[in-house]
Parts: sequence; C-alpha cells; structure tokens
Amino acid sequence: MKKFIPLFVLLLGGLYIASTLLPPREPTAFDVAGFGDLPILVNGRMKPIDTAARTSLLLFQGRQTVVNPDGNKVQPSAWLLDVFFHSEAADKYRVFEIVHPDVLAMFELKAEDGDAKKRFSYADLIKKIPELERQIKLARPIEAQLRTPFQKAIVQLYGALVQYQQLKHTLAPPTSADFLGEVLRFQELLPAGVAAVRAKQAGQPHDEATAKAMIDLGQKYLFMSEVTNFLAVPPAANVPDDTAWQTTGQSLLGAFQRGSVDSSVLAFAGLAHSWREQKPTEFNKLIELYMAQIQLRFGKQIGKADTEARFNAAAPFYSSMTLYVIALLLALVSWLKWPDMLGRSAYYLVGLAWLVTTVGIGVRMWLEGRPPVTNLYSSALFVGWGSVGLCLVLEAIYKNAIGSVAAGLIGFATLLVAHHLSLAGDTLELMRAVLDSNFWLATHVIIITIGYSATYLAGFLAIIYILRGGFTRTLDKATADSLNRMVYGIVCFGTLFSFVGTVLGGIWADQSWGRFWGWDPKENGALIIVLWNALILHARWGGLVKARGLMALAVFGNVVTSWSWFGTNMLGVGLHSYGFTESGFVALSLFVASQLVIIAIALRPLAKWRSFQTVTV
Amino acid sequence: MNALILQFRDFFVSLKLTIVLLALSIILVFVATVDQVNLGIWAVQQKYFHSLFVLWRVGDVPIPVFPGGYLIGGFLLTNLICAQAYRFKLSAKKSGIWLTHIGFIILLVGELFTGVLQEEFALRLDEGQTRNYSESYRSNELAVIDTTDPKFDEVVVIPEKFVARGEPIQQPKLPFRVVPKIYYPNAALAARDANVPGTPPTPATTGIGLQATSTPLKITYKQDERNTPAAYVELVGSEGSLGTWLVSADPRFPPQSFDYAGRSWKIAFRFERSYKPYSLTLIDFSHDRYAGTEIPKNFSSRIRLNTPDGVDDREVLIYMNNPLRYAGLTFYQAGFENDDKTTILQVVRNPSWQMPYIACTLMTLGLLIQFSIHLVAFISRRRLIATVAA
Repeated sequence: MKKFIPLFVLLLGGLYIASTLLPPREPTAFDVAGFGDLPILVNGRMKPIDTAARTSLLLFQGRQTVVNPDGNKVQPSAWLLDVFFHSEAADKYRVFEIVHPDVLAMFELKAEDGDAKKRFSYADLIKKIPELERQIKLARPIEAQLRTPFQKAIVQLYGALVQYQQLKHTLAPPTSADFLGEVLRFQELLPAGVAAVRAKQAGQPHDEATAKAMIDLGQKYLFMSEVTNFLAVPPAANVPDDTAWQTTGQSLLGAFQRGSVDSSVLAFAGLAHSWREQKPTEFNKLIELYMAQIQLRFGKQIGKADTEARFNAAAPFYSSMTLYVIALLLALVSWLKWPDMLGRSAYYLVGLAWLVTTVGIGVRMWLEGRPPVTNLYSSALFVGWGSVGLCLVLEAIYKNAIGSVAAGLIGFATLLVAHHLSLAGDTLELMRAVLDSNFWLATHVIIITIGYSATYLAGFLAIIYILRGGFTRTLDKATADSLNRMVYGIVCFGTLFSFVGTVLGGIWADQSWGRFWGWDPKENGALIIVLWNALILHARWGGLVKARGLMALAVFGNVVTSWSWFGTNMLGVGLHSYGFTESGFVALSLFVASQLVIIAIALRPLAKWRSFQTVTV
Repeated sequence: MNALILQFRDFFVSLKLTIVLLALSIILVFVATVDQVNLGIWAVQQKYFHSLFVLWRVGDVPIPVFPGGYLIGGFLLTNLICAQAYRFKLSAKKSGIWLTHIGFIILLVGELFTGVLQEEFALRLDEGQTRNYSESYRSNELAVIDTTDPKFDEVVVIPEKFVARGEPIQQPKLPFRVVPKIYYPNAALAARDANVPGTPPTPATTGIGLQATSTPLKITYKQDERNTPAAYVELVGSEGSLGTWLVSADPRFPPQSFDYAGRSWKIAFRFERSYKPYSLTLIDFSHDRYAGTEIPKNFSSRIRLNTPDGVDDREVLIYMNNPLRYAGLTFYQAGFENDDKTTILQVVRNPSWQMPYIACTLMTLGLLIQFSIHLVAFISRRRLIATVAA
C-alpha cells in the first residue's frame, strides 16, 4: 500500500494542475473571456486585451487580482471593460497602490481608508492631481537614481495614472456616455458635416450648427488620438501593412477623409453600449462577429493571442511555485521520518512542477518566436528551470531527498524573483535591435544562464550541508560525503558552462562590435563567476580546503552570481544595463547578508556542529 | 640549487599563489566595475586593467594601493608557466589541464596585446557624404592647414597634450610659432557681443573669438558624452604676433582662415583624425522601429567602399551584429543622429583579434576533457559500489 502513496501524491498534483487549465467560470452572462482574447497592438507587439489588463494591474498595484467596488472579485478583463466603457464605475475600483506616507498625506488620504490599507481608487486621487503634477515637474529633472523615496513613489504613481488615462481612451472617449449614439450620428452627419466645414473654411455660406458639431467632434477625437498609444483598430483591408494599426482616435479622425467610420470602431461603440446598458446577448454576439471579421486577416495572431490569454489565466508558474513548496516540505520531513515514501513523493512533485515550468517556458518561446531567455524576467524562469533540472539528475542518482530540497528551494525562489520582475510590465516585450539575434540568444545567453543555475545549485547544496550539519544531527558521514561530491561536480559543471557562455558572449561582441572584451559590467560579472569557480576548484585540488571550506566557498558563489545577474544591471551603465530594478537593490543586499551569515556559520569550529560530534570530516 | 632560487621556485609554482592571484583579480574586476559609475568605461580600463598598480592620488602624489591588471596578469602568467613546467608531466590524463592552461596563457597574452594595440575611432557620415578618415573618441588635435594649393592641403597637427602644456611650439613647416595661451580640457561655447556693456574682455584678438567665448566645464567621464576642449592660441611670426584665436573641438565650431606670408591658412581644433587609403560614402541610413513605438528594431547603413586605385569599388550593408571588416579594421553600426540622416560607425583596429578565439577553443576543449575524466571516474566508482553492494 505504502508504495502507492507517492503515486497518489503525484496524481493529486496532476489534478491540481489540470484544474488551472479549466476556463475561468464567468460570474456574469457577458463573454468577458472572449473580450479578453481580442488583439490590440501595444509597444509594437500584438497582444490580447487580457494581457494589457493584467500587466496594467501589475503596474498599478503589484498584483493581478482585482475587486470591483461591490467587493466581488472579477476577471482583469472585466475591470478593463469598465475602464474602457464605463469610466465612472472604473474610477471607483481601488487599484492604485500607495504606501509612502508622504504621498498619502499629499492626497489627504489615510492608510486605513484604502483596500488592505494601501490600495486607492482614481476617485480618491482626482482632487489632488494638480498637486501631483506640480511635484512631478520638480522630480522629473532629477536623475532616476538620485531621486528621494518620495519622488520615486510619485513618479511611479504618475506613470500608473498616465497609463490609466491611456487605457480610458483606448476604445471609446471616456466623456461620451452614449458613444454608440454619438458615432452613429457622426456617421450620418459626415457628408453634410465635411461639406459644411469646407464651406466655412472657404468663407462660403454653410450650416453653422453642423460645422460646429463636426469641429467639436474633431477636437475630441484629436485629443483621444494623442493621449493613448494603445493601437486598437486593425488596418483596413486596402492597407497592405499588417502593423499599420491605429488608435481609435486616429481612425475616427481618418473618417473625415474616408467619409465613413471604420467597422472596428462601430464594433467598439456597440460593445460600449451593450456593456453600459447591461445587454449580454448583444455584447456576446458583437464579440463573435468582430472576432470573425478580424480572424480573416489576423487568424494566426489571434490564435496566439487566445493561447496567451489562456496561458495568463492558467498561471503555470504560480502553480509550479505551490508545487515546489509542497515538495520542499515533504523532502524536509523525509529526513526525519518515512524517508523512502516522502522522499519519493517529493521527487515526483518536483518532476511535475519542473514539467509545468518546461511547458510554460515552451509556450512563451512559441508566443515570442524566440529562444527562452530574452529579458531579466525570463532569465529568472530559466535559471530556476536549469537548477531544478540538475537537481532531478542528482536525486535520480543519490535518492536522499537532497536534490528535492534544493529543487524546492531554488524553484520557489527563482519563481518568486520572476514574479517581482514581472511587475515592471509586459514580460513578452520586444527585443531591442542590439539583442535581436536568435542565434546568439540561443547559444551565449542560454549557456551562461545554465552557468548561473549550476553556481546557484552548488551554493544551495552547500547551504543544506551547513544548516543541516550545523543545527541537526541528521547529516551522517555518507550523506555528507555525497553532498561534498555533488557540490564539487556541480561546481565543475558550472565552471564549464559559465566559461563557455562568457566566451560565446565575447565572440558575439567581436562579431558585432569588433572587440572581444570591453570590460562592460555584465561581461565583468560573468568573468567574476568564472574566476570564482576556478578559485574553488584550485583550492580543492590543492588541498587548501576540505568539505567545510568548499561549502563556504560555494555559498559565496551565490553572492557572486547574484551580483553578476542583478547587481551589474543596477549600476545603470554599460551595454547590458537593461531592466534597472529599484527595489531589487534592497532584496539583493538582504540576500547577500544572509549568505554571509551562512558562511559565518560554516566557519564555526567543528565542535559546535551538531552533526559531527563524533565524526570528523 | 641554492636556497634562494628554491624559495623563488616554490613561490612561483605554488597553488596558494594561484588562489591569491585569482582572489585579487576578482576584487580588481569588481571594484573596477563599480567605479565605472564614476569614471566611465575607458578611464576605468586605464586605471585598473592597463596598469601595473592602481594609483590613489593624495593631492598630487600617486600612491599605489592595489596591484593593477598588468601586474596580476603578469604574475598569473608566471605562476601558470612555472607550475605547468614544474608540476605536470605531459600525459593523456593531464591533457585537459594542459589544454586549459595553455589556452589561458594565450588568452592573457592576447589581452595584453589588445590593451596595447587596440584603437577605437568613430566615423560619422551624413547621407551622401564621403570621408576617408575616422575620428578619435577621446583625443583631439590642433590642425594648422596650408590651403594655398587648390589641389592639396598641407596639414600640421599638434596633439592636444602639447596644447595643454602651454609651451610655444615651433614646427619647421610653419612660418610662425604656435603659442597656446589658455587651455580648457572641457568647455562650453557662448555667443559674445562686445557692444553690450559689461561684457568681459576676451583674450582673442581675431577670428570667431571676438563673437564667441568659452567657459570651462567639468571633465566628463560619461560613456555617452565627450569632452570638447577649447584653447586660445596665439600665432607669432618673425615680425610679431599675428593674433590670438579661440579654437574649440566642438564640431559646430568651424575652421578659421587667415593669410600670412603670401599663403592661405586655416586653424582648427578638432577630433584627432586617422586617415585611410580608401573612402566610404553613406548612400542610405535606415532605422526601423516597431509599429507604434520608438523601440528600435534595426538600423543599417548602406555604404559605398572605394579605393583610389579602383581595386575596390562596391556597396556594403552594415547593420547590428553585421559589421564590415576591411583592411584590418572593423566598422560597426554604433549609432545615428540628425533625424536618421547621419550614421555613426565605430571603427576598431585590433590586430590580435584571433587570439581569444584560439585560446577559448583550447580552454573549452581542455575543460571538457578534464571534467569528462572526472565524470567517467565518478560513474565507474558508483558502478563498483553498486556491484559490491549487490
């Protein structure tokens, strides 16, 4: 019977994953998910509206969950529907996170008034927007790194509010309570209106009321076209360029020349009407018709957008995180009780979680048409993936749950890091020209990232050795020896990959910039990892360190790798300084401090280690 | 062998020395990287890597505070060669270590060559423009040009450091002495109107310096900025002073003409030039952006390459990750300006560019062999344990 328990655990895990793949239940009769699938072009990338909703929410409040003013949880796309079509309602959603006390004071708000003491609605902020703008003018000229925490907070909030305004003007003007009626009248008036305006400009007799109505609408749509850069209207059939999308405002302005309103804009107006007037049948029918219309030209992209929206909803990396934590706990307990059963259960769960991340990374690659690592976010995913993959190999060889503990720790930690990196915006963003080379992305970047994975894994295995040996009696001689060999083997592996990865980076630099090595911060970071691994190996070969020394050195490898991975980007200089992360600095410092503490623990005399009271290593 | 030599040998072959040197190089690289925020990438290379000691200036006295790149590299090289010769016999089992270490020696030597020989210049071309020279990123020169003959110019260039020194310069080709009077390593230009009351007097007595003035600026180390020095230079002929000119390396500041001794002259402070025996013409620069954004997707320069002897006359396309390699130089797409009508190419000369390739191939091979030997040993030992256990 006991034999089947690990399989049963695996089955439960599998069911949990399967449950995330089910389409979300619609609490309303509206086809919100169908709306979320509609494509828009933002920052050069065609993406589903669902992604725009989620990345905006992450930017505003650091999470994707959104609660409507009645206190019910709603889909991100349902929130965005209100932002698009019902701005009075949208302004009451508490989606703007403010924690800095001075910023709260500026808005005359108290933390207690906010949702979870930190989230506020646009309506809460509107009164003090002029003051915010004044403060922004003061903060703007100061270089980003030199701003005070208050200035950083208001710049961040201002960015969020600007994006909120952009969203509001994406599909319909927020000031039009009846956009459908307005557009239909506009359509009807167009021929006469354009004639009236022409006559007015030429100083000929004209209908003043019609001309004025036209000019007013023109000004309204001009504002709308200028305020947003979310391109929602696909190119008309006679425009050959697939990327020539327009904002709704631009398309409406174009109507003055064409003499008719674009059918997409009419569809948006219809959606606005049925959403505001609570007519789900009409709404769902419009989605279906509009989708069928753009499907003709953008069928392939819509297929991708649909996958992306499903991928967003399934949140595979979040499920993997949960599985890694459970696996970690099972593996830890297995050192105390039922080593075989729990150890194997943990191993299976790690395998499942790794499989889910593999699929997740694969889907991202397919969506982007790129190798797996294209930015800091995806490098975090991949570092975790690589480390856990190595852990699975170790666990298959040694079967002592050490691989599973390390996998649980690293898998969870890297996904957590990735989550925080995702707060910066769209994680499938486009590649800048300098990085636009699939060949080098697939070789240099992948290999160097595997080098990071290995160096971290060696470091975490060393942490297990130090903490388990230092504070428990469970680290027997055989386990200690196997850990020693694991760390050594992984350091060798890491040396090879970081070296080859660094070299390939040099070759890329030589191919594109005419120099092999330019002492750029990121290059130096990679070099330091190679040097550090070389130092560890030489120290061990020369007999200068034994097991404990090896572990202490390997833990410092975590510090070296973290600095190379994130620290160099924080300097804000050099060719690789993409993804400058502000709060990341604090996190990095804390991590480094924790590693130094662990090294200090490793360096205590053996007599203080609980595991080696009788055995000396 | 006497004791002293033995001591030396033991010092240089020791693995402890290797470890100390590796640790020192890690610290050096780390500090140098962080210091780039203050000094910029180029000054950091000079201070930390292309030096024997890292110097710390107390007032005017430089104090060596840390071994520099050349010193650590030199010791590593010595240590490696000594240890290799003394400790390792040539054998299949050690072949991985041999390859890795020989590769590393080549890498270190190659980096030394690069540090000494590599030169970087910029080539700025407007659409339709032809040039046969590139310009230095950092160095400037004072050029005095005899333009009398319409067929050619005769140019005398004075490197910036001589201008900075402020001593009179006498060159046999010039019928006058060049006397630098004031020199600012970085300066801003401003318009000057002597008719406005309260305008301070200028040291310039002729040329643009009467309408423009120069004020010193802080020296910049930022990677995307360069210093534009300015100077007041007096020319003194046999009958006395010809006048004092304001000259500036600011590209907006044009060369100034004057006549002396029956010949026509121009004087200009300019970015140091490196002339080529061929010319490049920018036919077209294109800059694609992603739809609806300012994010660059690709930039490329279509260039016509032309040698006066007519051997080469062809079009080349330079774009990201695809430089032109010609006559020992690499031209790569570094930037653009002037509303996408001007391209900026970086021109690099690095005669030792093959060395890292050779070195890294050897090292990669060496590491692979070395670690495969470990892996095979590990697997066979586990098999043995498994057999014994069974």
